[in-house]
Amino acid sequence: MGNVEQTIELVDLAETTIRELNQRLHDVADGEPQHWRITHPSGLHAIGAGINAPLEIDIDGHVGYYCAGMNKEATLRIHGSAGVGLAENIMSGAVIVDGDASQSVGATGRGGLIVVRGNAAARCGISMKGVNIVVEGNVGHLSGFMAQKGALVVCGDAGEALGDSIYETHIYVRGSVTELGADCIEKDFKEFHTAELTGLLAQADIDADPTEFKRYGSARELYNFSIDNADAY
Amino acid sequence: MCGIAGLFSKSSLFEQRLGDHLSDMLIQMADRGPDSAGVAFYRNPAPVGSSKLTLFSPEPGYDWELIAGELSKAFGGTHGPEVRASHAVIVVDTDADDAGRWVIDNHPELRVMSAGESIEIYKEKGDPRQFVERFGLRELSATHALGHTRMATESIVTTEHSHPFSTGLDLCLVHNGSLCNHNRLREELRREGVTIQTDNDSEVAAAYLTWKMREGASLTEALEAGLDDLDGFFTFAVGTADGFAVLRDPIACKPAVMSESDEWVAMASEYRAIAVLPGAADARVWEPDPGQVYIWEKEKV
Repeated sequence: MGNVEQTIELVDLAETTIRELNQRLHDVADGEPQHWRITHPSGLHAIGAGINAPLEIDIDGHVGYYCAGMNKEATLRIHGSAGVGLAENIMSGAVIVDGDASQSVGATGRGGLIVVRGNAAARCGISMKGVNIVVEGNVGHLSGFMAQKGALVVCGDAGEALGDSIYETHIYVRGSVTELGADCIEKDFKEFHTAELTGLLAQADIDADPTEFKRYGSARELYNFSIDNADAY
Repeated sequence: MCGIAGLFSKSSLFEQRLGDHLSDMLIQMADRGPDSAGVAFYRNPAPVGSSKLTLFSPEPGYDWELIAGELSKAFGGTHGPEVRASHAVIVVDTDADDAGRWVIDNHPELRVMSAGESIEIYKEKGDPRQFVERFGLRELSATHALGHTRMATESIVTTEHSHPFSTGLDLCLVHNGSLCNHNRLREELRREGVTIQTDNDSEVAAAYLTWKMREGASLTEALEAGLDDLDGFFTFAVGTADGFAVLRDPIACKPAVMSESDEWVAMASEYRAIAVLPGAADARVWEPDPGQVYIWEKEKV
């Protein structure tokens, strides 16, 4: 503590293994460098998985599967694109991707913020449980599937079956929606929603007019078994 | 799982090193498919009036010179066999159908892995890293090539059950996924006269494309029809004499990444197979949309 001058820890993944990197990130103690820069990620899997400290991490290039999984407190900036399962089960902190992200961004995420500057593929925010996800581009099919809590903001278009079997996640989409999933409907904006959307766009540093978005959420028809649906089983 | 790698050259200089680069890609995909590996290289087109066969023998030290001699006696011309491990490529002075038929009739101990103008298929069970070295793939030039590493789910692990599958001239397919309706479809395709050699699900997909294209469909049309007729999960990469195509099923559980630079177009199951290519850091990278056909072909001269 009292260390005013911040040093940056450099890790080259062409020379260091993922296990070694992740172990070092897990072991960071007070007084050690809190700012890390990772080079040559080369699509490797599980980069920065399981961090539990308020680190600032820049990654120069494209990452593979499950980058920043289970992240707590850290902020990761990926200067490239991300593979499957970005920030899966994120607990807190932030993960920002300059490029695109493959499927299942923030799956089951419980807290924190994920920003994708490009497009996210299928199943973005699947079963999300409190994380906020902001996508500057489009999201693929089945995004927000069984989403329970938190907010999913899509500045572009959404694919088929958006919010299928959704619980209480708030979905905001500026562009078109190919098709809403089962039990997902368009809903009115209340003051809370406008404030939430405005806040998330600001956090994601995206200049977009909140009034251009539509809001989608649960019709709450699938919550309980209804005897009228008995024929469907 | 299974891993796929595809590489298409946009410059004649890059063609010279294509085997080396595809080998690097395949090795990156080795963990996705440690059971077997295979490649299709499109290279050195046979002269007009001739055709090229890739033959496989499980017998070590098979006498390929003898086969080449018998083929030149039957059809004229003198072309020595180019032997790579358990495979040999032989150029024959007749069309590919006749040459393939002759091998099947006269040497049932051999398997015709591919036939056509420029295709060469090499595949073998075992570790993909050893496969690359054993077959000397790094020295091969090619206009384009596909590779596959297999983690078997639907049928046994043998050389014959490895990918790529070729069921038509210069056509081949590699597959990551599994098909559910392959048994019935196989019977229907056999009734249509398409030759299918194994009980593998992916070979049925290759045979389906062969049949569709025989009926007059373009490769794109055949693939689009496959979205309705092939029930299951798939990322396909399909090679032809002119280029290759990529298709993912609409559910898109199986991964695919594509990338393009000034020198090449590449597709792979994962980005790490593309990261090993020269200029990858500056290349455009994207994920192919589900249910959409992507196709690259060299310009016809």
